[in-house]
Amino acid sequence: MTVLRALLVWSLLAGVMVVPVIVATGSEFLQYRSATYVVAGFAGVIALSILLLQPLLASGLLPGLPMSVGRRVHRWTGVALLLAIAVHVVGLWITSPPDMIDALTFTAPTAFSVFGVIAMWALIAAALLAGFRKKLRLRPQLWRLAHVTWASVVVVGSVAHAILIEGTMGTVSKILICAVLIAAMALTVHRLQPWIGVWRRGAANLRR
Amino acid sequence: MTKDRIGRRTLMKTGAATLMATGTGLMSPVWAQGLAPTESMRGGSNNYLPGAPIVERIGGGGFLMSGTVHRAGDGAPLEGIRIQIWAHTTEGFERDPHSHGATLTNADGEFQLEMPQIVPAFGQPHAHLAYDSGTFETVFLRPVMASPRDTSLSAHFVLKPA
Repeated sequence: MTVLRALLVWSLLAGVMVVPVIVATGSEFLQYRSATYVVAGFAGVIALSILLLQPLLASGLLPGLPMSVGRRVHRWTGVALLLAIAVHVVGLWITSPPDMIDALTFTAPTAFSVFGVIAMWALIAAALLAGFRKKLRLRPQLWRLAHVTWASVVVVGSVAHAILIEGTMGTVSKILICAVLIAAMALTVHRLQPWIGVWRRGAANLRR
Repeated sequence: MTKDRIGRRTLMKTGAATLMATGTGLMSPVWAQGLAPTESMRGGSNNYLPGAPIVERIGGGGFLMSGTVHRAGDGAPLEGIRIQIWAHTTEGFERDPHSHGATLTNADGEFQLEMPQIVPAFGQPHAHLAYDSGTFETVFLRPVMASPRDTSLSAHFVLKPA
C-alpha cells in the first residue's frame, strides 16, 4: 500500500512538473522567436518545475525520501534553480536589452516583471543564506525562519510572475503547477513551523 | 503596470476629464481649457530605431494599426504627422529594421498602417508607436492588445508644441 501510494505521489509530481514543459513546446509563439528567446523562455518554465521540488524536498513530504536525503538533494536542485534563472535573465537580456533593463530597474510597464525580479532577488537571498550558512553563525531556528521567509517570497513572486504572463505556457498546466506549488509551500510552512524557537523563550521551551 | 488593460483612449478621456473636473491645478491654464497632451508610456521607446521609412504597409500586412493625432489644448486634428510603428510580429522581432515602418495622418488626423500579425513578446501582445519629428514634443506609446488573437489595435496621440 505504501509502495503504491509512493508511486502515485511520485508519478503525479512528475506529471505536474513535466506537462507544462511539454505543453510549452507546442506553443505557436515559438516559431516567431529567436533561439535565445526560446531557450530563455524554457529556462523560466523549467525553473518553475524545479521550484516545486524545493519545499517538498525540504520538509520530507515526498514518500520514500528521508528528510536527510531530501535536504541534500534540495541543495543541488537549488543550484539548478539558480542556473535556470540565470539562463532566463541573461537570455531575455540578449533578446531585448531595454525590456530587461526596465524589468531589473522596476520601471517596466508590466506587473509580472516586478514579481519576477522580486522573486529573483529573494531566490538570491535564500541561496546566499544557504551558501554562507556556516559563516553566518545564525542560530539554526533563526536561519530557518529567514530561509523559509525568502523561499515564500520566491514562490509567491514566481507564481504571480507566471500567471500574469502571456507566453508559451498552456493556461491549464500553468495554473495547475502554480496551485500545487502554493499548496506545497503552505504544507511545508505548516510542517516546519519555522517561527518555533526563533525567540529565546521559544528556544528554551524547545530544549525543555 | 496593469493600467494598460484600460484602453488608452478611455484612460486619456476619463483622465483628462477627471483632472479638469477636480481642478487639481496640476495642468497649466492652457491645457485646463482643452485636451491634455498624451504622455509617453513606460517602455514605449524600447527597441526604437529612429527614422523608420514611410511605407505602404509593414511586411505582408494582415493586422491593422490605427489611431488619431490631435493638438493639445484646442484638440484640432493634425494632418501630415509622421507616426512610426514597430512590434514583434509573425514576420520579425522588435529589433529587426523590417519590423519598423512609418505613416502619415490624413486631414482628419487619422492614421492607419497594415502590418503583420502581432504576437506576444516579453509577456504581452503589444505594439510601439512614436511621434518623434520635432515640431511637437516626442511621445512614445506602447498599447497592449486585449487578446493575442486581435487583428487590430489603436493608439491616440495628443501632441503639445515643442
